[in-house]
Amino acid sequence: MKEELDVLEQTVASDYKYGFVTEIDTDVVPKGLSEDVIRLISEKKNEPAWMLNWRLKAYAHWLKMEEPEWANVHYPPINFQEVIYYAAPKKKKQLGSLDEVDPELLKTFDKLGISLSEQKRLSGVAVDVVMDSVSVATSFKKQLSEIGVIFCSMSEAIQNHPDLVKKYMGSVVPMTDNYFAALNSAVFTDGSFCFIPKGVRCPMELSTYFRINTLGSGQFERTLIVAEDDAYVSYLEGCTAPMRDENQLHAAVVELVAHNNSEIKYSTVQNWYPGDENGKGGIYNFVTKRGICQGNNSKISWTQVETGSAITWKYPSVILKGDNSIGEFYSVALTNHRQQADTGTKMIHLGKNTRSRIVSKGISAGKSQNSYRGLVRAGKNALNARNYSQCDSLLLGDKCGAHTFPYIESKNKTAIIEHEATTSKIGEDQLFYCRQRGIDAETAVALIVTGFAKEVMNQLPMEFAVEAQKLLAISLEGSVG
Amino acid sequence: MLSIKNIHASVEGKQILKGIDLEVKAGEVHAIMGPNGSGKSTLASILAGREDYEITEGSVSFLGKDMLDMSPEDRAREGLFLAFQYPVEIPGVSTTNFIKTALNEKRKYHGQEPLDAVSFLKLMKEKMQLVEIDKSLLTRSINEGFSGGEKKRNEIFQMAMLEPKLAILDETDSGLDIDALRIVANGVNKLRNKERAIIVITHYQRLLDYLQPDFVHVLVNGRIVKSGTKELALELEEKGYDFIKDELSLAEAV
Repeated sequence: MKEELDVLEQTVASDYKYGFVTEIDTDVVPKGLSEDVIRLISEKKNEPAWMLNWRLKAYAHWLKMEEPEWANVHYPPINFQEVIYYAAPKKKKQLGSLDEVDPELLKTFDKLGISLSEQKRLSGVAVDVVMDSVSVATSFKKQLSEIGVIFCSMSEAIQNHPDLVKKYMGSVVPMTDNYFAALNSAVFTDGSFCFIPKGVRCPMELSTYFRINTLGSGQFERTLIVAEDDAYVSYLEGCTAPMRDENQLHAAVVELVAHNNSEIKYSTVQNWYPGDENGKGGIYNFVTKRGICQGNNSKISWTQVETGSAITWKYPSVILKGDNSIGEFYSVALTNHRQQADTGTKMIHLGKNTRSRIVSKGISAGKSQNSYRGLVRAGKNALNARNYSQCDSLLLGDKCGAHTFPYIESKNKTAIIEHEATTSKIGEDQLFYCRQRGIDAETAVALIVTGFAKEVMNQLPMEFAVEAQKLLAISLEGSVG
Repeated sequence: MLSIKNIHASVEGKQILKGIDLEVKAGEVHAIMGPNGSGKSTLASILAGREDYEITEGSVSFLGKDMLDMSPEDRAREGLFLAFQYPVEIPGVSTTNFIKTALNEKRKYHGQEPLDAVSFLKLMKEKMQLVEIDKSLLTRSINEGFSGGEKKRNEIFQMAMLEPKLAILDETDSGLDIDALRIVANGVNKLRNKERAIIVITHYQRLLDYLQPDFVHVLVNGRIVKSGTKELALELEEKGYDFIKDELSLAEAV
């Protein structure tokens, strides 16, 4: 028994494989936050006055807010004056194509396994890459624009599509929504913008890779995806960061808007640096993700595989406003060492016959704490709203924790809300059974964890699923001998 | 093939095995019988490498190698197979995927390439017929929601797939009705050959009716107290374990 546990512990002790730093010329705004810094960011980005005013308004509001403390995570207070709010790889000139991107940067993406290269082009994934604060490359832009799809960095969208940005930015996550959303609204530096016009089914997966590189910098990106009537898009995001001794802040906002009969599928593989075995360093990941099913028969689906970050605070949500709209949340959250995750979703049923489905799989190893927090609300007009939630937790070893905080609010009698939860442990019997068949403990854990997470993994686009599966195995390496 | 010498083992300070000697050669089928608590399953567990037991004395060699030095997975890869008395459930892992992983780990150990999908499926089909197992069972999560009979049949199927040199069947007959018992026993019989040794651990004679062991050993209180041919099993069935215990106490008294 004891030995088995030791074996588990060893497997959980693995290294972060994306922890390199790219030596690259960076344009950095001095650390600290003030109106001047915000003006400077806005100026560097050559933003119109309305954008600057929006930021300043958010900042003024943020100053009046207090950092939330209700989540089941513990960390020393963040000194927001110690954070660098803008760091950008220095541009020598306006980039016309990928060939002009700094070769060091391209090497970084190679290491990350992100192919901005021919190989990925063949596989038909359009990629936008955000390094530190700015978007450095977007592939396939031309081909997409021919069918009316806009896929570009947020900075470009502000310059080139101001009407769309003005109309939708902050429409799902208002700048006053919460502490971190307000902070993001004040200082966000880039992100991705996707607009799928009426009747268009986006023919390829759109993908963004986010990477924090500069020491002491925070990353505050904003993503906005709009699907007009009868449109469809599948969007993927991936995130990594170098290994640093100190904690780095990531506070993103993602907004999705789905009009009549449209569908947005949003998949995340999050692998921010989780800190070392003793909990030193790692990313603080405070993210607000929300989608609105604005139109009838629309659908928003969130799929996330979260293995990174020292602290995760994240609740991708769906507001089901349109009648017959559907919201889905599929999540695998894996915590190891001293990672803390408080993650889940909110399904807000407003329209009639709206349906939502929540499948959450939490895997805890090492000394980590993994919490699911979810809200299902059926409003008084949400006739026949239907929700099914399933929250499963898997524990490796006996020093970690799994917690479930489901909140259910129903204001009408026709709503049906179901919640199921299980907690299980990888038992020594399971491990021994595998080992007796010639499968070593580490492979056995990967096999069992993959099996546990299968329902969610199946939701990921094929290419991502393979990557995510490997990531789960890597994240648990060393947790069994 | 297997040579057990003077094995003493204890769990949590309590001595269970008190000096077991056993020689098993290729092609032989040995039955180990004994009353509850005599140490039968402990013997199976320590041979498979379960770490809950402490081996205080003795040695085990398997194919000429010191087996007690080997990890459970290496023992398996060398050709040891244990059909579990209580096979565990692993949710989300299909039987097919499980066996494929096991088989390829074994192949890797022996320096062989992993089996490609086509050859694997072909092998599966062949073995499925051998042990009369339904295909639908193999796509389900391993052992999850299986009946007792299905679990045991699945164990024998895995044995067929992994082609061990030495198979230990730990109370494979327990919890089976007569039809399931016959199917399982038929499967085992088909897997008998000149190169393979089998140790059958059982409480009852009825499995042995089908399997016809070459040798029968009676384990009482951590020791093999009597060894013989299959007739010994019949005698036990007739007279119960008490007659051995009586013989023992007589012997001790003399």
